[in-house]
Amino acid sequence: MTDLLNVRNLKIGAHVVPPQGKPFDIEIVHGVSFDLAKGRVLGLIGESGAGKSTIGLSALAYGRGGVEITGGEVSINGRDILKGSVGDLRKLRGHEVTYVSQSAAASFNPSKRLMDQVVETCVRHKLCSRSEAEARAVTLFEKLGLPDPKNIGSRYPHQVSGGQLQRVMTAMALCPQPDLVIFDEPTTALDVTTQIDVLAAIKDAIHDTGVAALYITHDLAVVAQVSDEIMVLQHGNTVEHGETDQIINRPKEDYTRALVSVRSIEHEEKAPTDAPVLKIENICARYPGLSADVVKNIDVELHAGQTLAVVGESGSGKSTLARVITGLLPPHTGQVIFDGRPLSAELAVRTKEDLRELQMIYQMADVAMNPRQTVAGIIGRPLEFYFGLKGAARDKRVNELLEEIELGPEFRDRYPAELSGGQKQRVCIARALAAKPKLIICDEVTSALDPLVADGILKLLLNLQKIEGVSFLFITHDLATVKAISDSIAVMYQGEVVRYGAKSKVLAPPFDDYTDLLLSSVPEMKLGWLEDVLAHRKMESAGN
Amino acid sequence: MSFLVVKLVSQRIALGLMLLLAASALIFVGTQMLPGDVAQTILGQTATPEALANLRAELGLNEPALSRYFSWLGNAIQGDLGTALTNGKDIAESLSGRLGNTLFLAACAAVVSIPLAIILGLLAVRFRNRWPDKMISAVTLATISIPEFILGYLVMYLVAVKLRWLPSVSIVRPEMDFIDRIEAIAMPVIVLTFVVLAHMMRMTRAAILNVMESAYIETAELKGLSAFRVIASHAMPNAIAPIVNVVMLNLAYLIVGVVVVEVVFVYPGMGQYLVDHVSKRDVPVVQAAGLIFAAVYIVLNTTADIIAILANPRLRHPK
Amino acid sequence: MSRIPTSALIGLVFTSAYFLAALFAPLIAPYELGAIVGDVWEPMSSEHWLGTDGIGRDLLSRMIHGGRTTIFVASAATILSFTLGSTLALTAVVVGGWVDMLLSRFIDLIMSIPTLIFSLVVLSVVPVTLPVLILVMGLLDTTRVYRLARAVAQDVNVMDYVEAARLRGEGTRWIVFREILPNTLSPLVAELGLRFIFMVLFVSTLSFLGLGIQPPAADWGGIVKENKEGIVYGIPAALVPAFAIASLAISVNLVADWVLSRTTSLKGGR
Repeated sequence: MTDLLNVRNLKIGAHVVPPQGKPFDIEIVHGVSFDLAKGRVLGLIGESGAGKSTIGLSALAYGRGGVEITGGEVSINGRDILKGSVGDLRKLRGHEVTYVSQSAAASFNPSKRLMDQVVETCVRHKLCSRSEAEARAVTLFEKLGLPDPKNIGSRYPHQVSGGQLQRVMTAMALCPQPDLVIFDEPTTALDVTTQIDVLAAIKDAIHDTGVAALYITHDLAVVAQVSDEIMVLQHGNTVEHGETDQIINRPKEDYTRALVSVRSIEHEEKAPTDAPVLKIENICARYPGLSADVVKNIDVELHAGQTLAVVGESGSGKSTLARVITGLLPPHTGQVIFDGRPLSAELAVRTKEDLRELQMIYQMADVAMNPRQTVAGIIGRPLEFYFGLKGAARDKRVNELLEEIELGPEFRDRYPAELSGGQKQRVCIARALAAKPKLIICDEVTSALDPLVADGILKLLLNLQKIEGVSFLFITHDLATVKAISDSIAVMYQGEVVRYGAKSKVLAPPFDDYTDLLLSSVPEMKLGWLEDVLAHRKMESAGN
Repeated sequence: MSFLVVKLVSQRIALGLMLLLAASALIFVGTQMLPGDVAQTILGQTATPEALANLRAELGLNEPALSRYFSWLGNAIQGDLGTALTNGKDIAESLSGRLGNTLFLAACAAVVSIPLAIILGLLAVRFRNRWPDKMISAVTLATISIPEFILGYLVMYLVAVKLRWLPSVSIVRPEMDFIDRIEAIAMPVIVLTFVVLAHMMRMTRAAILNVMESAYIETAELKGLSAFRVIASHAMPNAIAPIVNVVMLNLAYLIVGVVVVEVVFVYPGMGQYLVDHVSKRDVPVVQAAGLIFAAVYIVLNTTADIIAILANPRLRHPK
Repeated sequence: MSRIPTSALIGLVFTSAYFLAALFAPLIAPYELGAIVGDVWEPMSSEHWLGTDGIGRDLLSRMIHGGRTTIFVASAATILSFTLGSTLALTAVVVGGWVDMLLSRFIDLIMSIPTLIFSLVVLSVVPVTLPVLILVMGLLDTTRVYRLARAVAQDVNVMDYVEAARLRGEGTRWIVFREILPNTLSPLVAELGLRFIFMVLFVSTLSFLGLGIQPPAADWGGIVKENKEGIVYGIPAALVPAFAIASLAISVNLVADWVLSRTTSLKGGR
């Protein structure tokens, strides 16, 4: 097998222009080397900032933003593309090497029909005639499982769903019959039930066309399904590189091991106590001006010191439920009973005590904190507001809370912009804890974080629950998180709770259709999982 | 054309008409219903009570305000704009020739400045942050820091007096032929172009930059398409709407600029007419001219919004 | 204190110079405002650094006194439009609902007529005194400040940290003064500078058209009007205010740009 892609000692730098002060250069990839043979798939895995997208784009001799390739060699079919002329690069891109980006919605031209964009490279690079290109495109649409393959090309990007667009983008990348396709986090932005279909479609297409591929993602379970080899990256360096089987089942490096064992937190399920701290009775709510309910007939309970995970995909209504509980969206039916007493439907009417007992932590910690306040100010405000603590007493309590969230007093005078993603979320947790609440609503608090950082936050939350006895209403779309930390689970689909109960019961068969679909769509860290699930589903639908 | 587009466009037109109505009311309020005695202000401190009473009767100030408003508006819609206080001439007659002159001047300035704004915007983006871009920014900054009338005299000083290329005033007579007209208005057009260009430039640059930094332009580049194709086939269709929007919004500057420029170059247009009669406190003329200017402004803004609606592919082809 | 870039420094120096000259005008002008001290349209000399105007008054003195008037009127009108506009905008954003809708529609209505036209219309019927001028200019410009302030405040209002403060139970005063305002300061202060420049240009234009500052008071626009006949004869006296207005405007612009660029400072706030 001849090598398609040879990367030798690749160095990539970025030119940073801060708003104040002089511009400077930093190196973000420090001499990475690897080879890829024809027809093989290499998975590039790492956390954000590892450099995986940047390395992927270097196969097109492209740098996004202020990023530039500063050294090394990248050879495609024996030619060093970094030394090519602009004309050579144009011949390479879209013909020998193509690209599938993370967000198909943004990557398609909104004013052109899909078919025009899909066949554009074939036509412009004079690879075949327009009619032949269109025929190829339709075949690819069929193979990728798109609905109405003969006519979908005449639509505009906004008329097609996210998952379908991702598949059209894949068709666009495969249409010119390239040697190498770069898949840059193609399923990261999709719901888990859509992801599995797109993943299967991509794997089939790669197999059928015999194309080589670089598959970039931060999800090890996903990459294990499609790649032959995996390369683990951290901070622009190669940590480990080997066959998929070896990386997943016998990881050599500590970092790789940590990635493989992510979300394997052990948590014993607690039995419900007598009186629930939160009881949601028959809640139905809708946004003003709309005629349909966004959440319907919600009946769930949460007990003291426990975690209820509310899990669902986008559009399930789980975030809306949080807004109802906090009083931002009063329901038109039903009530929320907190600690035995009904809670006023509207925020403005609630007492300070009510507000104190119920706190919330948000998904994006950057916008959840006032950028002009220091950490001490952010954590100190609830202390002042609810307990009237001032001066030395307040400072002491702030320091205690900083210890609890595993940050030290040196963080007091920092501003949010100076903190990392995980640190920001910890400060938000401290802010919620400062009020000594009975219940904290966690709205997708780990979804925006890297897997290892997210693990740290989850462990912290579990720990705090043990010490302070606070209850969590944990809203998430990630089933792995749910398995790790919950005591009871509510599965939401299209505004309703389709399955509810103790964790062990909810996660054990027999399942309703949606929960079955949801649970089986979560990628597992083992080889062949994808094929198993698809075969299983085929059998089920054949049996029906 | 989808139903949604038709609905949105009609809504916008209706809004425009309502604004026009409201603007006419505002102008009426602004001239006839402010605190203080209108007649007193017009005639000054030394006016005799009889003179004041006569003026009030002539202006119809004794009637209730609402009926005055409706009769004024009703007449205006039919083309009767009243008679001037100062010389008793029919306003609509005096205006018609002048309106034509002003529109001609504005149109010439528009024809020159719009293509220039787009070309310079493209240049500024192509050489983003390099010296052509910085130079264009510096010149536009200097231009918008000078009031239009001073710019007018500067140009007059340089071109008419020192270089003697053109006459220093822009007298235009109905019997002039096209070439003579162009020569006469060359300087005011130059000044107007500078003013409008300076404002438009920043926005066209921003609109083009916004499009060029979109993800789909990166996709087009990664498909190995030529630079020309990327700009012509991918960027332009999406840039047209924002650019047209910018152009229409900035043509509004033309309306204001035209008033000042006409005064500087003594051009017989609506702007000079309005200014003359403001100092003379000729209320009917001011109302009529103000109404026409406001109407043109509203029409331009409404057109800008309608073009934005028409150019949006999501609205033209809904799901 | 982070370094100030050269352009902003130049801007600050010139702007302060103009304001100081305006403040101390009677002390630094060589001659009285209306005094006739020379021949008509004398060229620049050691007695008259900018020469004389069409009646024989020292041009430099008129420029200094005129600068005081121009800057005073522009500043007063800016302060009026800025405080009124920001207050209305913040109220609209925080109270929301029909108050927001009503205010915004009303402002849109006033903006449907170009400022110059509206001022001309109004000035044709009111006595043109200094307070009236400041009032008319300030009120009309309030609309633009409102638009910008509302957009900026609304961006901040939808941030999670403002919602977090609301959920905590914070009152309106805290939300406005401690959450929203500090994060809108930079663009608002930059806009303050831009409105000031507009006011300088606007009052000069009005004076030029005969509807602004009335004689015997002088301002830069009026000086152009008084000397415009000279242009045809090659006398550049009318162009002197051009330099003053342009340099003041550019300087304030440079400072405003610098303030805006500080929005993405280390603190990460707006």
